Order: sequence, then structure tokens, then C-alpha cells
Amino acid sequence: MNAHYELPLEDAGYSFGFLDEYAKKEVRRCILKAISIPGYQTPYASREMPMGRGFGTGGLQLTLSLIGEDDTLKVIDQGSDDSVNAVNLRQFVQLTCPGVDVTEKTQEATLIQSRHRIPEKMLTEEQILVLQVPYPDALVVVEPSEARRKVMHGEADYSRLLVKLYEDVVRFDEITISHRYPTRINGHYVIDPSPIPRWDVPRLHQSPALVLLGAGREKKIYAVPPYTVAEPLVFDDIAFRVEDFRDANGQRIACRCCGSTVSFLDELIDDAGNITHQCSDSTYCEEQQETISARKRA
Amino acid sequence: MSNKILSVRGLSRIHGEQCPLCISSTGPEHDTNMCSHCGSVVAAHDVNFDLYRGEILGIIGESGSGKSSTVKMLYFDDMPTAGSATFYDGDVQHDMFALNAAQQRSMRNKRFGMVYQNPHLGLNFQISAGGNIAERLLMSDLRHYVEIRTRAGDLLARTEVSRARMDQNPKTFSGGMQQRVQIAKALATQPPLLFLDEVTTGLDLSVQAAILDLILEIQHELGTAMIVVTHDLGVIRLLAGRTLVMKHGRVIESGLTDQILEDPQHAYTQRLVASAL
Ligand SMILES: Nc1ncnc2c1ncn2[C@@H]1O[C@H](COP(=O)(O)OP(=O)(O)OP(=O)(O)O)[C@@H](O)[C@H]1O
Ligand SMILES: [Mg+2]
Ligand SMILES: [Zn+2]
Ligand SMILES: [Zn+2]
Repeated sequence: MNAHYELPLEDAGYSFGFLDEYAKKEVRRCILKAISIPGYQTPYASREMPMGRGFGTGGLQLTLSLIGEDDTLKVIDQGSDDSVNAVNLRQFVQLTCPGVDVTEKTQEATLIQSRHRIPEKMLTEEQILVLQVPYPDALVVVEPSEARRKVMHGEADYSRLLVKLYEDVVRFDEITISHRYPTRINGHYVIDPSPIPRWDVPRLHQSPALVLLGAGREKKIYAVPPYTVAEPLVFDDIAFRVEDFRDANGQRIACRCCGSTVSFLDELIDDAGNITHQCSDSTYCEEQQETISARKRA
Repeated sequence: MSNKILSVRGLSRIHGEQCPLCISSTGPEHDTNMCSHCGSVVAAHDVNFDLYRGEILGIIGESGSGKSSTVKMLYFDDMPTAGSATFYDGDVQHDMFALNAAQQRSMRNKRFGMVYQNPHLGLNFQISAGGNIAERLLMSDLRHYVEIRTRAGDLLARTEVSRARMDQNPKTFSGGMQQRVQIAKALATQPPLLFLDEVTTGLDLSVQAAILDLILEIQHELGTAMIVVTHDLGVIRLLAGRTLVMKHGRVIESGLTDQILEDPQHAYTQRLVASAL
């Protein structure tokens, strides 16, 4: 992707991609390591970025290290290309990476940086998905010491996470984790798959696209390489379930804008105080609407 | 196949820097376990014994004599500074302290069980009683929720904790009940070897008696070999076929419990037995 390494410094005083070539190389080296050990949290030297950590700097450093002039970038936040965060990140890349194209269309992008969602449209081998992660370690909820967590990961000892699931089922008759569902990659490491909803977890499994996860504050990079097994932690006799979006009558709720009954929905409260639902992936929703109006025109 | 389950040789644990005089300046004849030259504590030195399938071995001695230290090393809570232990698991022999950390963890989770005097060491008080047992089953790779629940309920019923309390936090249980949950947890993987460290200390006499009964029943039913640590001669008399007497980190006497109680050889043991009569 990066055909051009040594670009001259811009007038503003920084090189293509904001990070210097040495920093980008270091990140790429860590990416290669992360891909080689699927799900392993690879430490890297997270740089200071001109925005607060916690605003996607981990994902951004991955993006900036990977992006080249022939790339097309899509940035989404909570499924939307238009949220403030997504707009800011996209503008930052446009400013620091002259020549890079941006898009809102999932299928046009070669690189997608996202927070909280995986696009509804199936990704391809030609694409890389970068997810921003606030808390990279799934074990943090059961073990405060990082040293002990490392040993647990090394030995693939996830029994205490499973106990948490057990307690959940005892108390609520089901596993109540809605986001950041602990997911086992390639049969060993369990990852925190960023705050994606359960809906998106099965889409990590055997994904044709490379999925990279970056935590800027915690200085970790990890990966779900293409066509890798990704299994949510569950019991043999309790199936993993995604959000089902059914109303009181058991009917699948449809998006109020495009009518889709197969997408992940956001719950909204309209001006009159009624609960309505709408696709969380705004691009997907718009495309569905276009298809419908095209059909009507025909 | 021999009936031996555990063979301990020269097991030692010294806390501190150690110097060449640590051993010669400590022990019962010096009336201390602390080296006067370097200040190291010889918690246990040169402990030797064999344990057979289904047997209960008692370790008795005053406070600080090295009883817990010995058992902790065998359960991998602590590493020895010298010595070896061989665990005979079916046809396989394991040189316990030569295993790597993951192998030790697996042995501890699947083949051993431990009941501590302090239930806070043996139980997770953040989760339910059933969850505590589930944890051990999950550690031994059982992944079937209904089966985990059934087995946890059965184990609690077996140790006479009502199934109705299975989903409650053991924080709310009496001391005796907490020990029963610990025993159920230790038994979850049906281990051939169990360590019990002062499990009845601090409980009411009637509660003590009931727990000791339970331990004997388990030994009879499951043929579990046990090492029982106590400073209570009554516990030794009731449970242990053979006994080690420890003082200042050394085993000063060992043999059949009846013989030790009737004809103690070491002056210390003689005083111990006399004072208990
Ligand atoms: N981590 C440690 N550091 C230093 N000394 C220790 C440590 N652990 C134990 N010791 C010392 O080792 C000696 C043996 O302790 P141990 O706990 O084995 O005694 P015990 O026979 O179980 O006594 P008790 O009946 O009081 O439980 C004691 O003098 C103790 O203070
Ligand atoms: Mg002790
Ligand atoms: Zn829609
Ligand atoms: Zn010394």
C-alpha cells in the first residue's frame, strides 16, 4: 500500500501521513507481528497525536501507517460517516495525506477506519478494516494486574471470563454483554473486539478483509487476519445470539427510513417521544433508500 | 502399578538470602527456624514422605513449624528452594517442580484440590457459591452450562449445602458452610489428591465434628488421598492413619498415628500428647 516511503516534508513541517517514516515503520512492524499471532495484543510505541487519546488515536495511527496515495479511505463512527468524530478524523487524514481519496461508499474504500461498527456490507479481501479500541484486554474485568493477565493469555486461561458468563446466565437467564463481547481468535487468544455490538461479532469470523484493532491509550495493536476463526466465548448448550430487534408481537422491527429488516438498528426517540428505529449504518441505509426509489422510478 | 500417589524428597523452603550456616543454626535443637547469621527463615527443611492412594496423612505441629509451607509447595502456591516431589497419576509419573507453569496450573486445577483455613483464600467472594464450583469445572474444560450447574448442585448437596443457596454469595454463609463450599469446590474435578490446611480451626465444636465426618465419608466414598494439616491432635486421631510431627521447619517424628499417640519418641511429641490428654 505504501509505495512512496521518503516523501519530502510538507510546508507545514510534517511528512505524508503526519507520522514520520520511522514511526510508521514501527507501527507496520507491530501490525505484522499482530497478524502473525492472531488476537495477541502487540505492544507498540503509541505516539502523541494532535487530538486527545480516546478519540481514536490508536486507530488513526494504524490508518496513517498503512495509507498510501492510491488508497481510498472511509471513516465511520457508530455507523455514521457524518458524526463529528468521523468528520474530524477524515479531515485530518485529508490534510496530512494529500492525494488520498475519501469515500462514504463501503465498497469503494480500500481502508476503513471505524468506531463501534463493522459496515453492513460484506467486506472483501481487498479491504482493511481498522477498529478503534478503548480497552484492548478482555480479561481486565476479572483480573486487575496486567502481569497476571499476560500469563492468563499466554496459557489461554479464560475460565474466569467464562465464570462471569455463567453468573450472567444464572442471574438473567442469558448472557447480557451487549458490546465488547469476548471473542476467541484462532483457538487461543481472547480479544475485546472494541465496542462493536454482538451483531458484528459473527462478521469477524472468516472475514475476507483483514481486521486490525488499535488502542492508542493502552498502546496495543491486535489483529483478526483474513479467514481466521473468531468465536464468541459461549457454553456448548447456550448458543451465541445477536440482537434480534423484535417488537412486543415478535415482529422484526424495520428501519423507519429504508424499511430494512436485516440491518443493525439504532433506537431513536422522535420529537413526539415515540421510540423509532433506524439503520445504524447510515451509508447502507441511504443505499437501500436509493434502490427503493430507483425501483419505484422504473 | 504401585499404590503410591506422592513421593516427597528433601523438600525445603528458605525465605531470605540464605548463608552456609542457615541449616546448622536452625531446627528444634536451636529452638528457632531463623538463622542467627543471616536472618533467613527456614520454613521447612528436608521433608520426606510417601503418600498412598486413599490414605490420609496428618501433619501436626505448633504455629510456625512449617506445616502450611509444606502443603503450599505441593499445591504450587509456593516454590521450594530445594527438594523434589513426584506425583503418580495413573501410569504417569510427574516430577512436579520440573513442570512448566501451565502444566503446574493444569495439575493443580484438575488433579489436586485445596481447602484453606481462611475461606477467602479458597473462594471468590465476588461470585456465587455455584459460580465458585463452576470455575473449577470450567478450568477443566467443561463447557456445558446445564452439566456444570447439575454437577455444582450435586457437589453442594453432597457437602450438605442446600441447592437453594447455590446462587447466593458465600459471603452470606456461616463459617462451616463456607468450608463446605470450599470442600465441594476442591472435589469438583474428582481429584485423587486433596490438601486440607486447618479446615476446622475456628469453627464451633459441633460444626467441626460434622466437617470431619464429611471428610471421612469422602475418603471412603471416593478413595481420595489427603494431606491434613492441623495443630489439633483430635483431628489427627480421627482422620490420619500416618502422621508427621513438625517443629521449627523439621519433621521430628513420623509414623502410624496410633503409635505416635501411644508411644511418642521425641520429647516434644511426648509433651504434645501429654498436654492433649
Ligand atoms: N513469605 C514468607 N516470608 C518469610 N517467612 C515466611 C513466609 N511464609 C512463611 N514464613 C515463615 O515460615 C515459617 C513457617 O510458616 P508456616 O505458615 O508453614 O507455619 P505453620 O506451621 O503453617 O503455622 P500455623 O499453625 O501458624 O499456620 C514461619 O516462621 C513463617 O513466619
Ligand atoms: Mg499454617
Ligand atoms: Zn435503513
Ligand atoms: Zn543463614
